Amino acid sequence: MIDWSHTALTIAVILGSCLTLAGMLIWVERRLLGVWQERYGPNRLGPGGCLQSLADMIKIFTKEDWIPPFADKAVFVITPAIVVITALMSFAVIPIAPNFVVADLNVGVLFFLAMSSLAAYSVIIGGWASNNKFAFLGSLRAIAQLLSYEVFMGISLMGAVILAGSFNLSDIVNAQQHQWFVIPQFLGFLGFFMAGLAEAHRTPFDMPEAEAELVAGYHSEYSGMKFGMFFVGEYLSILLLSAMTVILFFGGWHGPWLPPVVWFGLKMFGFIALIILIRAAWPRYRFDQLLSFGWKVVMPLALINLLVTGGVVLWRAG
Amino acid sequence: MMNTWIYARNLVVGLWIVFKRTFTKPVTVQYPEEQPYLPPRWRGRIVLTRDPDGEERCVACYLCSAACPVDCISLQAADNPEAHERRYPEFFRINFSRCIYCGMCEEACPTNAIQLIPDFEQSEYARRNLVYEKEDLLISGTGKYHDYNFYRMAGVRTRDKDKGEGEHELPPVDVKSLMP
Repeated sequence: MIDWSHTALTIAVILGSCLTLAGMLIWVERRLLGVWQERYGPNRLGPGGCLQSLADMIKIFTKEDWIPPFADKAVFVITPAIVVITALMSFAVIPIAPNFVVADLNVGVLFFLAMSSLAAYSVIIGGWASNNKFAFLGSLRAIAQLLSYEVFMGISLMGAVILAGSFNLSDIVNAQQHQWFVIPQFLGFLGFFMAGLAEAHRTPFDMPEAEAELVAGYHSEYSGMKFGMFFVGEYLSILLLSAMTVILFFGGWHGPWLPPVVWFGLKMFGFIALIILIRAAWPRYRFDQLLSFGWKVVMPLALINLLVTGGVVLWRAG
Repeated sequence: MMNTWIYARNLVVGLWIVFKRTFTKPVTVQYPEEQPYLPPRWRGRIVLTRDPDGEERCVACYLCSAACPVDCISLQAADNPEAHERRYPEFFRINFSRCIYCGMCEEACPTNAIQLIPDFEQSEYARRNLVYEKEDLLISGTGKYHDYNFYRMAGVRTRDKDKGEGEHELPPVDVKSLMP
């Protein structure tokens, strides 16, 4: 029996806060980058500049919504929607606090993996439909990167699944009441976080949209709010990556004194700040370095981690 | 294997170095609220100054116009019958949309009339508003040289007196002084 009013409320709250946070995150990232580069960043509009995203949104809505004549129109238009939809769908299975989840699926982890794989399609067809060589190169890179990182993203979080004995994300959080999975699953955490950075096209692995080489990668031809959707989708995937890292390896909502939602938010913000710090500090890897690092280093480590975790769990069970 | 460790350590060290910047103050000057300090010799907006008696210093010698590398100064000399037929500029026009603020007009000026002052806030919405006429350029003060009056320094040595010893004459300028 599903309590419809509770579900509807949860959907409204999660959808609203996700979109608002994704917008605010643009401002947070610019301010934090400013802090780490010894400058201010946007600080004019509103207290501390927090309405900057609103101003950006107004500007981007009033821009010409241009579709290049050489593009594949239908696909070109539908792609930005796929980015945002797939990112938002994943939030359906994220448990923010006990009983504060849209769909408490018993295959939550698999649903998350499926949705992040679907997000790869938006990049691929977006670059293809643009019919532009830079966009095409960007989406080629994105395909290779996403395919290789998808594999060990799944493998490296299987350790947490084995320890919790469930694919349900709430169960995984509850299994971390006494010990966070980051301690027994440190390799798994590193692998997952790296794969997540590659999924979200964040800095050490942001080749698909490398500004310095490919104009803007797969979304070179997009302008106006279509580009804005790609942008929001990117920040949604940062939110998603932080949320999943917190749930799988850092005990989700568990924490002393403060209410669960606050703990979840604090941990999530910590990871968002870490992702932005990485952007401020690290250079972009070369494409072949990325692929060989993924397949030759992280992949075997994730497999060994999975094997050892499974062995230990079986040995303990006797 | 050794290299891998070095790479990993370098990544973490880089992250830490950038993180330490959290506790340093930004170097940005918040310009409209926080005005930057401009030194007295800053080469900014050009003015035409007056001597301590309140007369125009400019004698319309065209040296500034000739020295200007971008030809942004335009003027027309005329004689003033009320003041011993002395020369003065009939019009004096500086096109600030061409001016490069090099200060060569100031160096060329024999009477210290044309001077560059510490002011750079010359934004305009229309480019034609950057053409300054004489009434825009002429100020009522003496600029950087408070006591200088060209006609009182212009005396020469004669049989009766040395340079700067006649009536209404001032001693010569110490050209080696660096004070503005």
